[in-house]
Amino acid sequence: MTQLFPEKTDDPYLYLAGDESYKCELIEEMNQVWRRPDSLIDTPMHYCPGCGHSIAHRLLMEVVEELDIVERTVGIAPVGCAVFAYNYLNVDMQEAAHGRAPAVATGIKRVLPDRILFTYQGDGDLAAIGTAETIHAVNRGEKIVIVFINNGIYGMTGGQMAPTTLAGAKTSTTIFGRDPSVHGHPLRIAEMIAPLPGAYYVTRQAVNTANHVRKTKKALLKAFQYQIDNVDGTCFVEIVSNCPSGWKMTPLESNELLEDEIFQFYKLGDLKLPGKE
Amino acid sequence: MAKKLMKGNEALAEAAIRAGVKGYFGYPITPQSELLEYLSRELPQRGGAFLQAESEVAAINMVYGAAGVGERVMTSTSSPGFSLMQEGISYIACAELPCLLVNVMRGGPGLGTIQPSQGDYFQAVKGGGHGDYKLPVLAPNSVQEMAEFVYDGFDLADKYRNPVLILSDGALGQMMEAVEFPDYDVEAHKVDHSDWATRGRRKGHDHNVITSLYIQPDKMELINQHLQEKYRLIEANEVRFESIMTEDADYLLVAFGLSSRVAHKSVEMAREKGLKAGLLRPITLFPFPSEILSQLADQVSGMLVVEMNTGQMVEDVRLAVSGKVPVQFYGRQGGMIPQPDAILHEIEKYYEEHFAAEVN
Repeated sequence: MTQLFPEKTDDPYLYLAGDESYKCELIEEMNQVWRRPDSLIDTPMHYCPGCGHSIAHRLLMEVVEELDIVERTVGIAPVGCAVFAYNYLNVDMQEAAHGRAPAVATGIKRVLPDRILFTYQGDGDLAAIGTAETIHAVNRGEKIVIVFINNGIYGMTGGQMAPTTLAGAKTSTTIFGRDPSVHGHPLRIAEMIAPLPGAYYVTRQAVNTANHVRKTKKALLKAFQYQIDNVDGTCFVEIVSNCPSGWKMTPLESNELLEDEIFQFYKLGDLKLPGKE
Repeated sequence: MAKKLMKGNEALAEAAIRAGVKGYFGYPITPQSELLEYLSRELPQRGGAFLQAESEVAAINMVYGAAGVGERVMTSTSSPGFSLMQEGISYIACAELPCLLVNVMRGGPGLGTIQPSQGDYFQAVKGGGHGDYKLPVLAPNSVQEMAEFVYDGFDLADKYRNPVLILSDGALGQMMEAVEFPDYDVEAHKVDHSDWATRGRRKGHDHNVITSLYIQPDKMELINQHLQEKYRLIEANEVRFESIMTEDADYLLVAFGLSSRVAHKSVEMAREKGLKAGLLRPITLFPFPSEILSQLADQVSGMLVVEMNTGQMVEDVRLAVSGKVPVQFYGRQGGMIPQPDAILHEIEKYYEEHFAAEVN
């Protein structure tokens, strides 16, 4: 039996020195009920503690493995915190210019229609600078999965207002809180695209609780399965997530804020299901 | 194969299909829209994907994606649209993705005019977008070359894993001339890109990643140095130019694209008057034919650069000549085309001033 915790676990920079003792076996194989998907690269992530990105990454790799499409899948990384997604996702990946991931995915899908394409984008990427590419890709019904991580802030650049930032929320560019009459209103982009004929499946999920994580995985499985089935339209999975660093609070506080306020505005659930209006 | 009367834009589009283009992504803009229309009609029936994008910004990023799977892909546009594409081209150049770009230039700056121009020379040959990068730039001066350079462009792109630009203009795009398509075996020219292309993870391999992001400065510097090495290689191997009546010339005109055709006429007119003018026509604008210009500077007593702009290539000619002889400039702008008479007048003026020649 391997030791439960390696020595010096309190040193978060062990891996920088090439010391891999932080990778420990926590449990015997016979008792193992969960393991890291092979396609999730075994390396420390750059995401802040408590951030939802790492969960979304893991779910994506679980899904492509369960659907056995690792060798058919090409992912598009955004500009933003997930810009390094390709350091963790062991499927072929392209890093797109800011906001252009749906166009990049479109280019690949049109030339290689049998590949499974997904974009992974934040709110600044998808709902601000890339609004046109998002809407037109969905309106053309591009046969891709768009994974939209909405945490209401620009995390990578240091916590500026995003198009999805709630009214009243303080950010580094709205230090007295977002005033819709000055800064515009928070944008519910899933509601905008759901009525488009090209949108096949639009859903909004979260990863802040075990239950939400399970639901998000189901939604991702559904979205990728639709693409495998070559359905006529785009699948859009929004994940309302947190940004403890950008929101200037602890991970637990950020999860409370999600439940108390943010899910009131960004309501979880399906916005469009095949065959239903 | 028999010659066919075609518009420059259509000849280029037809050549792209014959060169095995698998994806075209573009946006309508005068004076290149025939290219888009031709491919929308022909390409889906002949083995490729055509998509009219929502903008030039989207189009160039579709090219980025599709080029990243190692297929032959292209876009075309005209000046304002080419400006919009610059960010994407910078990414493509850094990620080293082979593709073909076409700029059918119109007069600028701003919305400008839909008439022909060469005002985008700097943008084409000096990079255009942010950061240090270069595109091999091919400058046709006939409908025949609009077609021929497509094959050359795709081959160069595949050979160097670099975007290649065909720099044309509204007149060459719109004019009709006889064109003959060369025999070209697409399969024989196929390059295997599977070791880097993102076509889905290969069995037994790690994933392929296409990126232009290297956050550590020492790594980014290495990428820059690697790109520059490649550009030096292109400079060493791929210079193309045409010499017209330069053997005995004592005065040299330098012009590319459409203005080289007018300059050619002016040189012929000067020869009829007994003036020994010649023409050097750069075909690749990057790499620039600096060496031949430097050699010719030892032979001629002066040079005249003719462009449809306010003087852009003239700077590269002066760099090449390095002060050996005076280099003058004659240009028209905003969609105006230089007239042979006006250029001849400049030539005569030179001979009168420098040789005290009697010019009838």
